[in-house]
Amino acid sequence: MAQLFTKDTQAIFWNNNASAIQRMLDYDYTIGRKTPSVAGIVAPTGDSKFQKFFWGSDEIMVPLFKNTTMASKAFPNADVLLNFASFRTAYDVTMEALELGAFKTIMITAEGIPERLARGMNAKARALGVTVIGPATVGAIAPGAFKIANVGGTIENIINSKLHRAGSCGLVTRSGGLFNELSNIISINADGIAEGVAIGGDRFVGSVFIDNLLRMQDNPEVKYMLLLGEVGGTEEYKVIDAVKSGKITKPIIAWCIGTIAKYYDSGVQFGHAGASANGDQETADAKNRAMSEAGMFVPSSFNDLPTTIARVYNELKESGVIQDIVEPVINSVPKVRKSKQFICTISDDRGDEATYAGFPISSVATPDTGKGIGDVISLLWFKKQYPKWATDFIETVIKTVADHGPAVSGAHNAKVTARAGKSVVESLVTGLLTIGPRFGGAIDGAAEHFKYANDNNLNPAEFLNHMKKLGIPIPGIGHRIKSLRNPDLRVVGLKKYASEYFPSTPLLDYALEVEQLTTSKKDNLILNVDGTIGILMVDMWRALGYSEEEINKFISSGTLNAFFIAGRTIGFIGHVLDEKRLEMPMYRHPMDDILYQVDVAEEI
Amino acid sequence: MAQKAIREYDAKSILAKHWDKYFSNFTYAYETVMVQNGSELKEIANEKSWLKEKTLVAKPDMLFGKRGKNCLVLFRDSRPGDVSLEKASSWIDEKSSDKQSVYFSFHGDTPDGEAKIDYLTHFIVEPFAPHSQEDEYYISATCVGDDDVLYMSAEGGMEVEENWDKVTEVAFAITDTEEEIEAKIRANIPADVADKNKEGFATFAIGFFKAYRELNFAYLEINPFVMEENKIELLDMVAKLDDTAGFMMTKEWGDIEYPTSFGMEEKSPEVLAIEAADSKSGASLKLTVLKPEARIWTMVAGGGASVVYADTIADLAGIEDLANYGEYSGGPTTGETQFYAETLLDLMTREKDVNGREKVLIIGGAIANFTDVAKTFTGIILAFEKYADKMKEVGVKIYVRRGGPNYEKGLKDIKIAADKLGLWIDVYGPETHVTDIVRMAVEG
Repeated sequence: MAQLFTKDTQAIFWNNNASAIQRMLDYDYTIGRKTPSVAGIVAPTGDSKFQKFFWGSDEIMVPLFKNTTMASKAFPNADVLLNFASFRTAYDVTMEALELGAFKTIMITAEGIPERLARGMNAKARALGVTVIGPATVGAIAPGAFKIANVGGTIENIINSKLHRAGSCGLVTRSGGLFNELSNIISINADGIAEGVAIGGDRFVGSVFIDNLLRMQDNPEVKYMLLLGEVGGTEEYKVIDAVKSGKITKPIIAWCIGTIAKYYDSGVQFGHAGASANGDQETADAKNRAMSEAGMFVPSSFNDLPTTIARVYNELKESGVIQDIVEPVINSVPKVRKSKQFICTISDDRGDEATYAGFPISSVATPDTGKGIGDVISLLWFKKQYPKWATDFIETVIKTVADHGPAVSGAHNAKVTARAGKSVVESLVTGLLTIGPRFGGAIDGAAEHFKYANDNNLNPAEFLNHMKKLGIPIPGIGHRIKSLRNPDLRVVGLKKYASEYFPSTPLLDYALEVEQLTTSKKDNLILNVDGTIGILMVDMWRALGYSEEEINKFISSGTLNAFFIAGRTIGFIGHVLDEKRLEMPMYRHPMDDILYQVDVAEEI
Repeated sequence: MAQKAIREYDAKSILAKHWDKYFSNFTYAYETVMVQNGSELKEIANEKSWLKEKTLVAKPDMLFGKRGKNCLVLFRDSRPGDVSLEKASSWIDEKSSDKQSVYFSFHGDTPDGEAKIDYLTHFIVEPFAPHSQEDEYYISATCVGDDDVLYMSAEGGMEVEENWDKVTEVAFAITDTEEEIEAKIRANIPADVADKNKEGFATFAIGFFKAYRELNFAYLEINPFVMEENKIELLDMVAKLDDTAGFMMTKEWGDIEYPTSFGMEEKSPEVLAIEAADSKSGASLKLTVLKPEARIWTMVAGGGASVVYADTIADLAGIEDLANYGEYSGGPTTGETQFYAETLLDLMTREKDVNGREKVLIIGGAIANFTDVAKTFTGIILAFEKYADKMKEVGVKIYVRRGGPNYEKGLKDIKIAADKLGLWIDVYGPETHVTDIVRMAVEG
């Protein structure tokens, strides 16, 4: 692969470095990327599920993960890891990422990773064919495609330095600050860069000059290269060898900084940890001389570098190697942006017509659309288009739980409130507020406990034992009067529907085995309607491809209860309207129906 | 800098601490003490009786070698091996009372180059260990390129540099397993090691190399060590640690000190203060004073840019004009930048230029990636306010060039502040080549 990054490249960002990530997203927006360059963030100590970032003047959510493995699983296409861990943990993060095998490029920003660890991780990456940028680097950029974190600085500087679109220079430096400076110099004296890498200032870095220059030699967008070396080390000689042997044929402009080091003994450390000359060959002067002799374009000093760049660029331009660039249109990032207080991901009323999860209301409302209340629930509650068998099932559930007569506590409360002269909504919520662990809660409970037993491969006897230990009756089992011989026809209907239309019903099958055991003890310990609904909901979600984790989350967040609330609202409203029609007076409970036993309070 | 030299005493202490892990087949008495004067030695002798019971060897422990050729190893009073505690104490007091000349390199026995002159402050004292020359060996390990290299020789002693042909080199990739390391060492035991000692030598070398690797030494040399059966003496050691590994080696290394080498100027209070501020900050603050009386001072942001400025000043003005080298980077706070600027201004305004010229302050930097220019410049402005009078008295011209986040505001602020204080200033942004202010300063 001759290009380090493309416009589709996505990264996992290790550490929630919000300002650096925002800069990446601002860059993405500016150059008109379709997808954010940061797919996910690893925030080991954070508690949130996502973090909001600006995307132009809008906001988007970037998901947060506890570790690299989870992030990588969620975004298998994100093949770049931006490792912003500290020098204490950067090694472990890199090694975990290498084990995963999901990353093509790993950038490491920490400075001062123990040398032996840095060497180990670099060697492993090299063996696996993974490009390591850093440690101790600000990163790399493929202008117009992908930019790492803070490289290039502010968005204004990026545009001034033409880093928002590809030019024709391949830039490799050690230093991050000078990387930026050179991008600027190249934009003033030539047409900008096609790809740039700051390899990092530590003594042991992953990819070195030659690795990057060889890739740039193969990258057709790169027409010439600029190498900024430093006093110390012998990496520049590898480049000299490649030029001499013809492996690199594109022109290279080169300069090694640190010519001053020759005036001082080794006691003065100039620049980076890697910058210290051991022997004459490693001095900046010797390297500059050798690079010049190998045919590279070496200026007489750093101050003359701009002239050399202009000369090489203009020659390539005149000979037709470099063409004129058509400047692309850029999206400007607004200067003032306001963070949103609320987030909505289910419906939108900003366009011509309000939508449910992207569908205009009219496209699901009228009978000719073929859509029913089940479809509306699937859109607004789950942001998915469920298949017909599932939406029909949801409707069946809603209809099944709509009412159960006036005597149940919720309906009774609603009726008492209505008779006190309260409005429909006041009476309704009084009824609804009764819904909880005892009233309507069996749906939740059945789903939770049966699923737990099934997930943990408890046989029916073990399950009963388990519930006994917990000290709670099995939710969803038992009926006041119904039995196997005198079945609840609502349950019969649900089971019949499921067996005909569900792809499979593993949890129901399990529940029926449990029912065999419970009914052998007592006739009326049947799987009741609440249990059937809760269990079939789990089977429905499983058949729709939800993970066990997601289903558990549905259960724990009260989604099953929501079906009961939605359905029973219909019945409660019926009872309230009934009271309004009947104009029954204020209700007072007969005193002879109350056991009074009131002792005189003791003094303490 | 990641690789730091430690004292011989500390190197031996680290090996002794982990002796059983790496050299379980060998014994090492670890009879060694470090003292700064004679009375300290006598005091320690109350605890360590061998100092009174055995004859002694004493030598300075200050990161330099060639101590024998510099006549700084005490092993004889009237004949070899007769040095008493009393003699060692008085010798240490004598050698530490006046500055000593030390040559770092020799041609044969003739000193090569200039001597460094300084006080001897640390001495290592050990028992005199008579042994025959043939039991002396050489061993060292360091990192060369991407590999670790182990050097072994059957001939120990101070002449090893002149006998490299008798040294066997073995290179190890960082990924080599313990089995591969053992096999390579066994296959490369120097031929000159007597056959009966080859097995022992190999075992010791394997332990030595493991200790070098696992204890994060950057350089480790024993020249010579004495091996008699399974008894080891470490006669002379040189070691450097990879100090970036310090955070995970606190237990293994113990309390370790990185001394300044002999003859190096003691760090000035200003340099020490900047070092202290640097170690407390997430940002980077570095300062080396090269020539305090010189006329061009630099306050440059960024590790790379600071080198480029130093290069250019040496090219255009000449090295004799450059007063300091240093850099600040990594987003220092306003307070940290102010402290850094005040330290520099204080140093540069102590004396007028001897030739009566104006001094030059280069406030340079490349285009920052994330350092807020306005914020750091606020720190510099606060320092200006404090030192404006002194700066005017000495005569300082300020040249500024900088880019990066908030640079327009930073440049404007510093220009207004300097004008108001009556300081001479010229201010440039990213449209001017990074080092062009050096040319302007030299020509102007």
